Amino acid sequence: MTAATTAENTAAEAAPVLAPRVTPVIAARHGALLTWRSLVKIKRNPEEILGLTFMPLMFVALFVFVFGQAMMGDWQAYRDFIIPGIAAQSVIFATIGTGVALNTDIEKGIFDRFRSLPIARSAPLVGAILGDLVRYALTVVAVLAVALLIGYRPSGGLLGVVAAGGVVLLFAFALCWLSAFMGLLLRTPMAVNIFGSIWMFPLTFGASTFVDPDRMPSWMAAFAEVNPVTHVTDTMRGLMEGGPVLQPLAWTLVWVAVLIGIFFPLATRAYRNRA
Amino acid sequence: MTDAIRAEGLVKRFKEQTALAGVDLTARKGAVLGVLGPNGSGKTTTVRILATLLRPDGGYAEVDGLDVVRNPHEVRRKIGLTGQYAAVDQDLSGTQNLVLIARLLGFSRRGARARAAELLARFSLTDAADRAAKTYSGGMRRRLDLAASLVGRPSLLYLDEPTTGLDPHSRNELWDVVRGLVDDGVTVLLTTQYLEEADQLADDIVVLDHGKVISRGTPDELKAQAGSQVLQVRPGDPGLLDRVGRIVEQVTGSEVRTSESSAGASVTDPAVLPEVVRRLDEAGVAIAELTLRKPSLDEVFLALTGHTAETADGAGAGAPTERTSA
Repeated sequence: MTAATTAENTAAEAAPVLAPRVTPVIAARHGALLTWRSLVKIKRNPEEILGLTFMPLMFVALFVFVFGQAMMGDWQAYRDFIIPGIAAQSVIFATIGTGVALNTDIEKGIFDRFRSLPIARSAPLVGAILGDLVRYALTVVAVLAVALLIGYRPSGGLLGVVAAGGVVLLFAFALCWLSAFMGLLLRTPMAVNIFGSIWMFPLTFGASTFVDPDRMPSWMAAFAEVNPVTHVTDTMRGLMEGGPVLQPLAWTLVWVAVLIGIFFPLATRAYRNRA
Repeated sequence: MTDAIRAEGLVKRFKEQTALAGVDLTARKGAVLGVLGPNGSGKTTTVRILATLLRPDGGYAEVDGLDVVRNPHEVRRKIGLTGQYAAVDQDLSGTQNLVLIARLLGFSRRGARARAAELLARFSLTDAADRAAKTYSGGMRRRLDLAASLVGRPSLLYLDEPTTGLDPHSRNELWDVVRGLVDDGVTVLLTTQYLEEADQLADDIVVLDHGKVISRGTPDELKAQAGSQVLQVRPGDPGLLDRVGRIVEQVTGSEVRTSESSAGASVTDPAVLPEVVRRLDEAGVAIAELTLRKPSLDEVFLALTGHTAETADGAGAGAPTERTSA
């Protein structure tokens, strides 16, 4: 190392002396920086906002006005029934994006860049997931905005709606570890998208999202009764429209714990081992 | 003075496939070590181990005296990595990409901006600083990627096939950048499939094949082994090929390889060219084509190993395959 290096060092601030170890505070800072990165991407890709908001908008309009009359004889009643369901379904679908984004980062070599930096090992994963939580929140807001536009007035009021949003985001947070796990395991973003979507359909439709399980054939109703999406939707319904909250909420929390308990360690291990 | 990189007996297996079968290499401080080899020879695996992205199954490697397996965090503070595929965030602008890295490395907000601006200027990207990287050309993206790996002022830089897929102009620009870094005292480990690139940049070369080092030395030593140039003669009448082959053999003194229509041999002294022309003329052979060129990687491999570099699987220059096993 000779004089030439110092010539370069004078131009800008010399590289800061890095802490010898990553403390939790530093790790949090790294996570926040990579969350920022994830959020800048929303701004840079208007089509992503469209994807996050347009799908739910379509679902609300089509389900309410196409099926509403036939389902309940009154589209307003059906609207009030399915808004919590559509919010849940849209957010749950959006979790696929977490795995796809992680996989894309790996494919593009961006993960290697981060992993070759002296930063907290957890930061890229934390940043991706926190950024996606903002995306999920955008989706919930989009569904509710459309619902309000077509006359939805939740009896639970603002507090109920915010609480319901919190419940579905909590569930999405748990579920996105499964998505992250798939994103780290599968080979291409396309594969993540396909594998992620396949089981999303039975999960979100075979639940109380669009139809009361009491009106399903018994075997389907049995599936719907244990489906976590039913618990999430019922909790939201209770909070937004009135009705039992405690029991579905308890089940939702159990599922959240189970999902995180299984897929958080699996995802972080896959993350560490990903060559 | 310790070496910048010292690796001994590196072994790495992917399932049944052995990517590295005991690789030893040393990079002197402030020098460029070229790792030359075809696709699948173990170049990228070697770099990934030395960059702490992959744990070796056997052997030992240290960077600036630090064990890459036991002290990965300390190693990461010294290295910069530019991979085969420009690893910049396409959605972020040039500035944002560099500021992000700088902030992650602990620069202040202002310091990060200054460092980003400085690097963008150095790599002629100032005009594109605020555009999303996805609008950049291939060469610009590589330069941004290289800039990103230099944010923390690494003393050791890994360049994994930095010019694969670049046009000659961008390639020359990148070579100049690498030379500039070496002038600044940075140690560079460069992997490449191109003999010319190793010849242009490297002080020492290690040739990999099937996960093993099959040759090492300075570019001159290597070329002496392989012959510095290749003479190829195609007679107008293919029936005269045998006679042409004999003449070429006599003049060059090296083994002649004949294909369907031409005869070729390694040449160390370019002065043989007029001699060959004269002898062919005397023998009354009309020459359809006569070339004197640098040996290809294939020919170096043939000289060193007796088999050609296996690039015929379609994974030639620039094909984005074999990321983990290459």
